[in-house]
Amino acid sequence: MSQVLIIALVLVVLLGTGLGLVVSRRRGRSGILEPPSPAPVRPARTTLVEPEVPPASEPDAATVDVGTTEPAVESESEPESEAKLEPEPAPEPQPEPEPRVIEKPRFRDRLSKARNALSGYMGAIGGRSKIDAETWDELEEALILADVGVNATQELLTHLRAQVKAQGLSTGEELLTALKAELTVRLTGFDRELHFSDAEGPTVWLFVGVNGVGKTTTIGKLGAREVAAGHRVIMAAGDTFRAAAAEQLGMWADRAGAELVRGNEGGDPSAVIFDGVAAAAARGADLVLGDTAGRLHNKTNLMEELRKVRRVADQGAGTVTEVLLVLDATTGQNGLVQAQQFTDAVELTGVVLTKLDGSAKGGIVIAIHEQLGIPVKAVGLGEGIDDLVPFDAAEFVDALFS
Amino acid sequence: MFEALSDRFEGVLGRLRGKGLLTEADVDDAMREIRLALLEADVNFTVVKNFVARVRERALGEELSKALNPGQQVVKIVNEELTRTLGGETIRIAYSAKPPTVVLMAGLQGSGKTTNSAKLARWFKSQGRHPLLVGADLQRPAAVEQLRTLGRQLEVPVFSEATDPVAVAAAGIAEARRTGRDVVIVDTAGRLAIDAELMDEVRRISEAVNPNYTFLVIDAMTGQDAVTTAEAFHQTLELDGVILTKLDGDARGGAALSVKEVVGRPIAFASTGEKLDEFDLFHPDRLAGRILGMGDMLTLIEKAEQVFEKEETEAAAARLLEGQFTFEDFLDQMQQLKKMGPLSGVLGMMPGVPKEVRNAQIDDREIARVEAIIRSMTPAERRDPDLIDQSRRLRIAKGSGSDPTRVAELIKQFKEMSKMMKRMGGMGSKKLAKSRRKAGKTKGKGPGGRTTGGGRVAPNTKAPLRLPNLDPTTLGKGSGLPDLGLPGLGDGGFGGGSGGGFGRG
Repeated sequence: MSQVLIIALVLVVLLGTGLGLVVSRRRGRSGILEPPSPAPVRPARTTLVEPEVPPASEPDAATVDVGTTEPAVESESEPESEAKLEPEPAPEPQPEPEPRVIEKPRFRDRLSKARNALSGYMGAIGGRSKIDAETWDELEEALILADVGVNATQELLTHLRAQVKAQGLSTGEELLTALKAELTVRLTGFDRELHFSDAEGPTVWLFVGVNGVGKTTTIGKLGAREVAAGHRVIMAAGDTFRAAAAEQLGMWADRAGAELVRGNEGGDPSAVIFDGVAAAAARGADLVLGDTAGRLHNKTNLMEELRKVRRVADQGAGTVTEVLLVLDATTGQNGLVQAQQFTDAVELTGVVLTKLDGSAKGGIVIAIHEQLGIPVKAVGLGEGIDDLVPFDAAEFVDALFS
Repeated sequence: MFEALSDRFEGVLGRLRGKGLLTEADVDDAMREIRLALLEADVNFTVVKNFVARVRERALGEELSKALNPGQQVVKIVNEELTRTLGGETIRIAYSAKPPTVVLMAGLQGSGKTTNSAKLARWFKSQGRHPLLVGADLQRPAAVEQLRTLGRQLEVPVFSEATDPVAVAAAGIAEARRTGRDVVIVDTAGRLAIDAELMDEVRRISEAVNPNYTFLVIDAMTGQDAVTTAEAFHQTLELDGVILTKLDGDARGGAALSVKEVVGRPIAFASTGEKLDEFDLFHPDRLAGRILGMGDMLTLIEKAEQVFEKEETEAAAARLLEGQFTFEDFLDQMQQLKKMGPLSGVLGMMPGVPKEVRNAQIDDREIARVEAIIRSMTPAERRDPDLIDQSRRLRIAKGSGSDPTRVAELIKQFKEMSKMMKRMGGMGSKKLAKSRRKAGKTKGKGPGGRTTGGGRVAPNTKAPLRLPNLDPTTLGKGSGLPDLGLPGLGDGGFGGGSGGGFGRG
């Protein structure tokens, strides 16, 4: 308690004293923060001398001014533009809604275009006839650029050095092969199945993650896959925060041939998931895919909310068998922190690595496997409904270094 | 964000700072650690390499041999190079002479283009402009719907139609002309930098609308790929700046450091939260100080300006330093302080706060508890805590749901704190005179001049309270606060040393 008190008091003094002088100086200096054009005409520069008379209310005046003119302009344009767009599905490469035989794209087909950047690099290492300091440096650079992380890279290289010595490896090619073999070994032996519940009632898979990683899209794709596999799927729109998130999921549900359960925007996500499970039980659906709002893992309140979603999802007729962290392949070292925090909160069973069709390599999942023991269970390779494939360690490593 | 990076830097540089003589090995050690710290923070490999090379060269070169305090000098070099890497000045938006001013938003999927288009619209609105949002993301399901919802919340019109992105964008400009909107923000679909087809599409959009500003939206959590992406978009679109999103996460901000260095375009705006108003101009110059653990006073003061009632706070501070600060004042100030967000965040921006304090888990609920106790006092008791005897204490404890010991503890600490503040206030007047005499000399004090020693005092006495030498420009460079002398924020006080009873125990 004392700490808080001290801090608070110190802040009070600091801010109280700090304001007077600095405010006035800044007012004089910064042209940027002031609205450039609007009504109130005033001198561009105020003098720095009198700290006691900064026109503290002026920006307000400007805003108010804007506020009053706004509606007038708006009333003209709003209905106009409103009329123009029905929330109609985008005119987009609509995948055939017909019985789909899902053709699984392979890692390498998809990744080929992304490979160019790195292959020259790894080609250089592979082409070396001896292993010298430069080779090690290049290898380090390649691994770090793939977001494998400094610690994991150092540890890998130490291991490889020992191997080079013990096995008498001498060319860059041999070194690369050894590295790939090592990585593949480290990534094998994990359970990568998406499990269904043996118990009565629907199976629930929850999808969690930070903002913008592709949770909703992943659910859409996974839903299509499971529908094609003969399951009856309900998608529960637990993202009640972001504008139009439920609409987005609804469009995916239509495409995938799944049903949608949604709540009110701003409502309690746990309730939506609970309702989804109840609806599934009532309609005889065997799989509920629970969407959640993106949240940064360092926001205590939001993580608490997620804990509640996880608890409540099990309360009804259903059983949660998978809690999947959706992770964007472009994520850097923060990915490990995300996985740690989310698993602390809701015990992850796996990771879905999305956007791997870009130039990012997603190397952080190696650390997630090794340090947290959480396996990647699926990989997103594009925006199409069929672009979700099971993870394959050998292909992942190959793609990382081909 | 940036905290972890700043901790590492502080450790490395702290060791250097104390040294009178630096050998090449000392510098190499420090550079190795800085390199690791930067790489762990996702700063691009090449950027790190160049950064370290530059610092090393300067540190071992002439500059060092001439310096009186080599350790301090290295800190200064790091600070300068970091500031340079992060890139100069805050962007200034110049509005088109022939409205509308067109802003094009581009980026990868999920970086936050739609949300930040809306945030940007809100910002323009706050600048007295009349933005129009154009939804040219026809790819992602419900993207336009999302934009419309956000537009409604902001009372900003949204234009879109179900044709194709290029046509929508062009029609959006026409619509803006017709309805007299002077800023147009074009939201586009997320695309991968390596997707030739979509990159071509965004290029055609750009040609159709001829934007005044093209912003790349980048997720602060992005790893090494940030640079690849930025380069590719820059090649296609000629970026004017970057909008950095999800800055409120705990990523270490390597993307922020790398992009400017590689594409030579500044970070223009940053989004620091999910709410639409958590978005503002980015001040690259302030970031270096923050990374080096020197706080970010300017941002802090700006924030304070928004929430604190200036005169009231000044009066309260004056009373505090005169030893007449009451629980009532305290309560008032707490209310305002709370508006600035979690205490730990505020603290993180203050210069010279010891790492242990900054990283300590500060539970904001503690404040609520303190508040409850104070609110359970009668006004008379708040003004004069001496009135509080055992039975009153019991009543207060009951009223606030705490126990009498806590009440007693709070009162005791409050009194001791007031006493200490008063002592400082008294010393301050002497110090003030002294610092005025010194004023000329201390102006250009080098960076890293952190306040040390709890004995430094707030140089303050009567009505127009002010801080001598608190020059925003030097603050911006993270030069510490030469004469601010935060009471107790130095080495004493917090640690429980000289303050007597002010420890965390």
